[in-house]
Amino acid sequence: MRTTYKIANNIDWVTIGLYALMVTLGWMNIYAAVYNPENVTSIFDFTLNSGKQLAWIGTSVIIIIMLFAIDYKAYDSLAYGIYWFVILILLGTLLLASPIKGSRSWLVITESVRLQPAEFAKFATALAVSRFMSSINLRQQNWKDQAKLAGLALLPPMIIILQNETGSALVFAAFTLAFFREGMSPLILIIGAVAVFVFVLTLLIPQWYLAGIVTVLMGAYLWLNFHRIKRYLPTYISIWAAVLVMVFSVTYFIDNVLQEHQQNRIKVLVDPEVDPLGVGWNVTQSKIAIGSGGFFGKGFLEGTQTKFDFVPEQSTDFIFCTVGEEHGWLGSLIIVALFMALLIRIIYVAERQRSVFGRTYGYCVASIIFFHFLVNVGMTIGLAPVVGIPLPFFSYGGSSLWSFTILLFILLAIDAHRKLDLGRG
Amino acid sequence: MKYLEGRKYVIQAIFIAIGAVYLIKLFYIQVLDDSYKTAAESNAMRRVVQYPFRGLVYDRNGKLLVENTPVYDLMVVPKEAKAIDTLKFCQLVGISLPEYREKITAAKKYSYVKPSPFLQRLTNEEFASIQDNLVDFPGFYINARTVRGYQHSSLAHALGYIGEISPRQLEDTTYHGYRQGDYLGISGLERQYEQFLMGKRGVKYTMVNVRGIEKGSFKNGEYDTLSVAGQNLVTTIDLELQRYAELLMSGGKVGSIVAIEPKTGEILSLVSAPYFDPSLLTGKELGNNYMKLLRDPTKPLFNRPLMATYPPGSIFKLAQALIAMQEGVLTPETGYPCNWSLVKCSHRHPYPGNLNIAIENSCNPYFYQVFRSVVARGRSRNVYEDVRLGLDEWNKHIKSFGFASSLDIDLPGEKKGMMPNARFYDRIYKRDGWKFPTIYSVSIGQGETGVTPLQMANFAATIANRGYYYKPHIVRSVGENGKPLPEYSVKNYTSVNPRYFPPVIDGMQLVVEKGTGRNASLKHIGVVVCGKTGTVQNPHGKDHSVFIAFAPKEDPKIAIAVYVENAGGGAIAAAPMASLMIEKYLTDTVKTKYRKRWEFDMINGSFYKWTD
Repeated sequence: MRTTYKIANNIDWVTIGLYALMVTLGWMNIYAAVYNPENVTSIFDFTLNSGKQLAWIGTSVIIIIMLFAIDYKAYDSLAYGIYWFVILILLGTLLLASPIKGSRSWLVITESVRLQPAEFAKFATALAVSRFMSSINLRQQNWKDQAKLAGLALLPPMIIILQNETGSALVFAAFTLAFFREGMSPLILIIGAVAVFVFVLTLLIPQWYLAGIVTVLMGAYLWLNFHRIKRYLPTYISIWAAVLVMVFSVTYFIDNVLQEHQQNRIKVLVDPEVDPLGVGWNVTQSKIAIGSGGFFGKGFLEGTQTKFDFVPEQSTDFIFCTVGEEHGWLGSLIIVALFMALLIRIIYVAERQRSVFGRTYGYCVASIIFFHFLVNVGMTIGLAPVVGIPLPFFSYGGSSLWSFTILLFILLAIDAHRKLDLGRG
Repeated sequence: MKYLEGRKYVIQAIFIAIGAVYLIKLFYIQVLDDSYKTAAESNAMRRVVQYPFRGLVYDRNGKLLVENTPVYDLMVVPKEAKAIDTLKFCQLVGISLPEYREKITAAKKYSYVKPSPFLQRLTNEEFASIQDNLVDFPGFYINARTVRGYQHSSLAHALGYIGEISPRQLEDTTYHGYRQGDYLGISGLERQYEQFLMGKRGVKYTMVNVRGIEKGSFKNGEYDTLSVAGQNLVTTIDLELQRYAELLMSGGKVGSIVAIEPKTGEILSLVSAPYFDPSLLTGKELGNNYMKLLRDPTKPLFNRPLMATYPPGSIFKLAQALIAMQEGVLTPETGYPCNWSLVKCSHRHPYPGNLNIAIENSCNPYFYQVFRSVVARGRSRNVYEDVRLGLDEWNKHIKSFGFASSLDIDLPGEKKGMMPNARFYDRIYKRDGWKFPTIYSVSIGQGETGVTPLQMANFAATIANRGYYYKPHIVRSVGENGKPLPEYSVKNYTSVNPRYFPPVIDGMQLVVEKGTGRNASLKHIGVVVCGKTGTVQNPHGKDHSVFIAFAPKEDPKIAIAVYVENAGGGAIAAAPMASLMIEKYLTDTVKTKYRKRWEFDMINGSFYKWTD
């Protein structure tokens, strides 16, 4: 049966097309970001990020071919092995690597070629949690399984936080979306959303006012509906207490747990004047670059803000500024639409898997890419705190491109063989 | 597990919602909100104004009167000038730390991101030493600009000066094209011809990177505009004659010399004494020098030929004769006794049996009677009404000579002077409260009359032309292949018929040959000068000496009015000076030992010791 099965017929070419388009657009925007009108170099120049990115793209193609060549069952069976291997490398990097920009997260291969193992922890963790998910009985979950799952998902980000790469660690929160699809209580998502809402409110309103407002609203509600709801009084009281605890703990968290630069990244969301020369500068300049693009943009290689270095990290974390400035709202629309199309397609692919493993992995892929999109684009337009995570397929960087390629194409490799899978879930 | 499948819609909805929120926010900052575009421009664009060369000014012989000399301003962009070694910088430019702070604060007040002048008008030495070390101080750069320069020290009043535009002018819509720090003409020609001289400013947009380093022009200079140099002016001034006139008026003398070419109305020289060097009002010390001149009790900034009005004195007798002949109440042969009836005669002279003798001797009673015959004609039985009619008629004639009205010279600040009419006296004495004996002093150019030296010179030119004048002007042409301004090529005829002028001119010839103006004779070079002395009574001190003349009598080349304050009678200082001017203009030099001696006396003001 396997001999007659043609992988090519079952490969999801739509996703591959989207991937190719995004990587190409990303590469061109990286060239625009590093473009220097006084010293024009070719887009292929290997001393520039654009030339290097082309090399990363080329190697990504090799990786893709390898991923398809590997026996698809290996992803399932080797999931834990890969996971623990990556954990080991993470720990090794943490202990052995010399710090670069304050973070012990880089493996230096040559002077210009460096790898960030944290990037690869994403797909490794995705494989591991999917494997775990497929091995337990989803109907009869018990707290032990849930704790084990949480442990699997939380171990890598904890090591990464120790490496001082908080941004990359936050990405692991994305797994909750995948867990939600597989039966996690929606309450957790709702509590998360409420927490974010309260979080933003505490930035805008002093904590004691906020606590007062919550108390008065709750009191008024109970007063008016007392007869109807007095049975549930303890529930309401505990909700009220939980919100208050949240308000105070958020403030405590921001003021006492976060480092100063992290506090600023959050505070700058509501007031760009905080730290105007530090992270405030990034946000302001990024918004200026994007905002000056207008509807049609200034044209390819015509962006003054990106070209003349007003925007920091413009070929990596702030690559979206180049799009916004040179291609305007139209360009932004195309990029956002591409991501939406890719995410919807991945969910479509995930849903057609016969195995829980395949489906869960698909949702993990979608969630991780979505979280990167959410935070990366959000920070360039001032809707999310400045967290140093790349825009998938667009940002310059070998580790990032490789890790997203591996993440996505493991799914496509599994998907290509989906008809061989008898299904377990 | 089927019930969980619905959750895929929830997840997709979350994705789409975030995408939509981002697109809306993007639409807001990219399309709706323009502030980011301005911010981007001020980030990466530096607008460098290219100052045009201001037009040059030449004299009638092509000599340069006003030129441009380069100066250098040290500019600062406060935003970029943050990380500098302030102490080192202060040492470099030679200012103290408090001064530095003060200037930086002022610059920030104007704009944080736009360049503003930090130190203006560096000397060449300062420029050289600062320029080389400026690379260490980001945010500072040198802006080269030009100021006015002069190779001579003459004609300050007429040339005027340029200065920085005032805050009040900036708010005035007539100056809408100007910006803070721009220079414009404040007085004189610089002000009058500002629109021609200023040229057109150019703007160069250069792009700068985040460190303020220039990165070439914006869009290959598509939006740049070249500066267009201002147009040059060719004036009518004869610089040599002007210098000579100023020399004559040197040494603290107060007064005016106005010389006009009668055939064209072109002003050959225009002196207001005391005068000053025009270069005082240029360069770094402008402000201080200006205040010094302003506080000077002799008022050197006062442009006397245009702004000082004096009673015309005896010279007015010429006008009285002309008007009387036009009115048919006087012929060249008319005689009146020098009877001292109401006015005395300052000179002992034979019986004025005709107009010539009367002019030659400047006989006061004669012209008193001439004026009475003009004004009191018996056209009304009421003596008051009769004089009112006569005076208004006379006023029309006198105004046709350019008195009591602006001559529209192309310089700012010209005064009209005054000539009385019936309404004027009605206001003072009430209607029917005055008659001829009230106003008789007008007959000899005293009383309620006022003329400027320019009007007097124009009067001389009008007589030289036998009845018409071109409006006096100081600019012959504007720009390349320029033509005179049209308003200055119109003949303005007086209301007196040209045929009445020769008798007056003959009288003026006699004045110089053997009358009160003998000191103005140019017999030694064979030039017939026609002139008339005047003495302006001065209640505060010695009389002002006035003389008008033109020469040669036939085909006049120059008409002149000389005012020397507190020098006594017209014969004493003004007449000799006028003759020296004419001689200088017609022959380029002053000949004979005797004339040289006179020239020396005039320059040294020896006449102050003389008495008449």
